[in-house]
This record gives sequence, C-alpha cells and structure tokens, in this order.
Amino acid sequence: MAVVETRKLTKVFKEGELGAVNDVNLETREGEFLVFLGPSGSGKTTLLRMIAGLEIPTAGEIRIGGQVVNHLTPRERGIAMVFQSYALYPHLSVYNNIAFPLKAQKVPKQLHKQKVEWASSLLGIGALLQRKPRELSGGERQRVALARAIVREPSVFLLDEPLSNLDAKLRASAREELELFHKRVGTTTIYVTHDQIEAMAMGDRVMVLHKGYMRQLGTPRQVYDTPADTFVATFLGSPPMNLLENGDFIVGFRPEHLLPSELASNPAITFRLKVKVTEYLGAEWILYATVTGGKFDGKEVISRLASAASFAPDQVYDFGVRDADLHFFDRNSEKRTQPKVLAWQ
Amino acid sequence: MAVTGVPPATVDAQPPRPDESAAVRVPWHRTPENRAILLGIGMFAPAVLFIATLIGVPFVMAFVYAFTDVKVGSITSHYVGLENFRSILQSPSFRKALVNSFIFTITSQVLVIIGATILSTALKDRFRGRGFVRFLILLPWVAPISLGAIGWKWILDSLYSVINWVLVALHFYKPYSAPMWLGEPQLAMASVILVHTWRLLPFSTVIMLAGLTAIPKDIPEAAQVDGAGFWRTLFQITIPMMLPIIMVAVLFGIIFTFTDMTVVYVLTAGGPYDSTQVLPSLAFFTGILAGDLSQGAAISLFLVPIMVAVTYVMLRLAYKSEGA
Repeated sequence: MAVVETRKLTKVFKEGELGAVNDVNLETREGEFLVFLGPSGSGKTTLLRMIAGLEIPTAGEIRIGGQVVNHLTPRERGIAMVFQSYALYPHLSVYNNIAFPLKAQKVPKQLHKQKVEWASSLLGIGALLQRKPRELSGGERQRVALARAIVREPSVFLLDEPLSNLDAKLRASAREELELFHKRVGTTTIYVTHDQIEAMAMGDRVMVLHKGYMRQLGTPRQVYDTPADTFVATFLGSPPMNLLENGDFIVGFRPEHLLPSELASNPAITFRLKVKVTEYLGAEWILYATVTGGKFDGKEVISRLASAASFAPDQVYDFGVRDADLHFFDRNSEKRTQPKVLAWQ
Repeated sequence: MAVTGVPPATVDAQPPRPDESAAVRVPWHRTPENRAILLGIGMFAPAVLFIATLIGVPFVMAFVYAFTDVKVGSITSHYVGLENFRSILQSPSFRKALVNSFIFTITSQVLVIIGATILSTALKDRFRGRGFVRFLILLPWVAPISLGAIGWKWILDSLYSVINWVLVALHFYKPYSAPMWLGEPQLAMASVILVHTWRLLPFSTVIMLAGLTAIPKDIPEAAQVDGAGFWRTLFQITIPMMLPIIMVAVLFGIIFTFTDMTVVYVLTAGGPYDSTQVLPSLAFFTGILAGDLSQGAAISLFLVPIMVAVTYVMLRLAYKSEGA
C-alpha cells in the first residue's frame, strides 16, 4: 500500500485564476526518498502543504496509508514536517523542542526522555539539549528540526527546502547527512527543492513540477536521460539542453554531447560552429558558439567539454552529436516522441 | 614615480592657503559639527521644557508641600516634618483608597489581558469585515474618556439604566428592585472596574495584535503538525512567545490604571462611602477640592514607589529587547 497517494489533487487559491496545483496523481513507494522539483511558483510547496494538512485542497483526494485524509487535521495524519525556516520554538530548549510532539500526542511521560535521547543521538545533537534555538548554528538548528520530526516515528517525512538556509559549504555536508539519515531510518520521505543538484543527488525518484502540473515522475536517471518534455529537458542540467526546431519536431541534445568532430564518432548531425566565448570552470569548460551555414545558421548552442583550451574565439570548428544522444519532441505539444530520421542540411 | 610607496598626504601636509581661511570666516554656529549640536538641542528642547514645566515642577512642589502645612489660598507655610504622612496613614479613607487602588488595578489588568488575548487571537486571521470590527474595538480608546464615562453613567444610572430596563423586561427583577449599579459598594467597585477595563481593552488588544503578527506563521503551523491542538498551541507556544509584549501591555496598563481617576471621578466620585475611592481621586478631592494641598500632596506621593518599580521593570524590558 502506498504511504502517500494523491488523486487529481488540485488547489486554486483565487477563483478564476490558474491553479497552484493541478490534477496531480502521485503514489509514493514504501521507504522511498521522493523529491518535488520545480522553479519557484511551480506549486511544489503547496502540494506538500496539502499533504501535511496545512492547506485545504480545492479538488481531488489525498490518501495516507490507504485512508482518505482530506478532512483530517495535520495532527491526525501521523506525518512530520521540517519547515524551510525550521520553525523551532524559540522559547523552548532543544530538549523541549524535541519533546513537544511527544507531549502533544500524549505519549506516556516516562518514555519522553528515552525517545528524545534516541532522536538526538541519531542526529548527533546530544550535547545541545539544554540550549535555546538562538544559541545554535544553522546546521545545528536543522538537526534539531529533524530530531523533532523523527522523535514520534512518523509514517511520512515532509521536508520543505530544509537546506536552502545553509551556506553552500554546509549545504553539501548537510545533504550527505540527510541521505545517510534517510538510509538509517528508512521512513518514506517527500522532499521539496528548487535545486536540481539536490534532487538528482538525493532522490530515489524525482517529480518535476511546472505551473502546478506534474511534468515527469521518474528516477533521476530517467528525468535526465529521457526528459518527458522540453520543460524538463531545459530545467534539468546546467547549462540546459540545446533545442533546435526542425520541421514538426524539436530536437534536443545536451551540451556534454555536442563534441568536436574528432571526439564524436559517427555523428548523426554535424555543425560548423563559430566560437563566441569559452568559460573555464576548473573541471570543465563551457563553450558558447553560433552555428554557421546550413539550416540552423545563426542559432546559438552550448557545449560542455573537458578542455576547450584549443578553441579560439571567432574561429570556426566542426562539431557533431551522436545519434543516441538526440532527443525528439513534438513541436506543438513539446512532448517527447520517438526518434525520427530528419533532414539536417 | 615617487608616488608609489609614499603614504597618502595628510591634511596637515597640504600647503596652507592663508588667503582663504582669512577671507571666509565661518561663524561658530555655522560649522557642521556645531550645527548638528544646535539642531539636537533645538529638537530636544520642546520635550524637555514640556516635561520640566508640566511634570517636573509639580512633582518637586508636591514633594515640598507634603512636608508643610500649606493650604489653598494660604500665604505662608511651615515645615511640619512627617505630620501629613502620620495623619493620612491614620485616616480610614486613605487606607480604603490604598486597598481599592490595588483591587482596581489588579482586577482590571487581569480582565484586560484575558480580553485582549481573546480579541487579538480572534482578529489575527483574515475574515470579512475584519477592518470594521477592528475599528469598533478601537473606538473606546479613541473616544474622549469623559464622554465614554458619561455614557456609562447613564447606562448604569439608578433610574434610567438600560441594563436594568432589560433585566426587568426579561423578568429577572421586579421594577424598582433592580440593582443600584453605582449605589451599592460592591456593585459600584465592579462597575468602575468594568468600565475601566472596557476603556483599556483596545489599547492592549492593539499591542498584542502587533505581538501576534510578529510570530512567524511557520511556528504555529509546526505546532499543528507536531500534533498540538488550539489550546496547547495557545498556552505553550503563542502566549509564551508573546510574553515580552504582554508585559509591555500590562506595565502600561498598570500606569494608566494606578494613576487614573477619570472613570472613578465621573461615575461615583469615590462613593458610596469611599467604596470606590482610589489614591489619585482621594488626592484630588483632599488637595484641590477640599483645599488641603499638603495632605493631597502627601497622598499622591504614595504613588511614587509603585510607579518607580513599574518604570524600572519597563526600562529593563526595553533594554533587554534592544540587546537581543
């Protein structure tokens, strides 16, 4: 039985306006780490808040453990949520913050100490129990918020951009810790983020949202290697996929697949590219260029290379893309279609 | 080429320009620093003058009068030591007023805080007509205090009381046996307290609304997800987080109540039999209406230690919130 299920879930904030969430059908798998990924305003947080019970759906159904929970309050749903701001209770010590859900859910008092100690040792904050939230660093606060969520052993974990308040360096280590934490506790987790690297790195599955619609749901590999439409294709990957219109189709290829012809064996398409700029990023180079001649004259494309030191601006070079690296989308619906044989010149 | 490595030239090192400094002689009050100082003094002066003349001078005079035998209209006065204090401490009216002042202040503050908590919680969330309800609740504070109190005097009147008319119409009382709201000691005290509560309620509600809206939305939501219901969220999360601002409301309320005599003066004039007499009204009746300035001053000086304590707590709170 799926832990969390939504059927045609819709949320419209203002009548007559576009829905924040539209017709989302979703089924989580037991113990998985599911990521809602989308740009801001894509409805991912609204979707999460509806599952938590903080937002009332306009239409559709939410089920947790097979039971319809639309009419249940957050406390009756048996879920735990970590907020973007962590929402720690500022006047309570770390111990009392973690113990709060136990008190609220009337867990027998003699179990409190044991459970708080279990949760805090799981997150390595045993030494901080007497402190107040304002005396903690960002990373420590995040761990307290996680401990407060885990302490009641919920059936689902909801995490709303929990890493976005941390600085870049801390974020990487916190990400790793979250992954390890999920492996250890094995609770079904729904994680909201706008950061594709977090989504790719942590998710067992990723759901890409755009304007309230679910665009694709699949493993990180599926959404990256076989994007369902042009939005997913360009939203995932940095720099984004190159898209070229060709007849009734849009053809896409990722920057790392646009290679100098001596590296691309048996290219399906070849381009003559005039280099505009090269950027050195340490481990890789990004090359911005314009197609010269042929059907796509003047189109701008991006290539990602291990080294572009030999390319000079304003010079023309031959590039190519292999057949297997091409993605085909219908020009009208922008949805993925079967590979076609098209005229390229 | 000599420029590199040479420290930047200081002002002193610049060649003197005697012609300029001699020609443009800036008057003392025109230099930038002195202008700022003068502006500062100018801005502060009205407030200082106001406090010194209307609060400082009367306070010092009260202090001096309390140790003399001065009366309204007397030309001379003599130092009498603690005689005034000895005599008022022995007066039953004074003891009654002292006790009443505490009953009046504490009871009305408890009622105000409970009422303001309920009102601010109810007015926090959006609903249709919230603006209008907020306006209605603010009215008692905005309306002139004497007008409001006179309105209440009619509502509680012995003959024309609206409350009594309703009670009689509903057959709770027979005509002419309805309660005399301002005429019976216990009822009079209750009436005075209720009217004062009605008057202070908007002020505390507004302060507490500000405190409530300062709590991030995430926190009550987190409490909800953690399994807390309305009451637990209110008593264990919202109210503790609002405690500093509730303290501010209480301290202001204490000052407004302990030193205020308007409601008592208009409704009961301290009666019946001093049953609603409070320190400020007694000081006024004794010192101004009865003309015994020195005794009135001595009575009002009893307010000072309480006000000093309240002010000390307030300043500490302000200091704490500035430091945090």
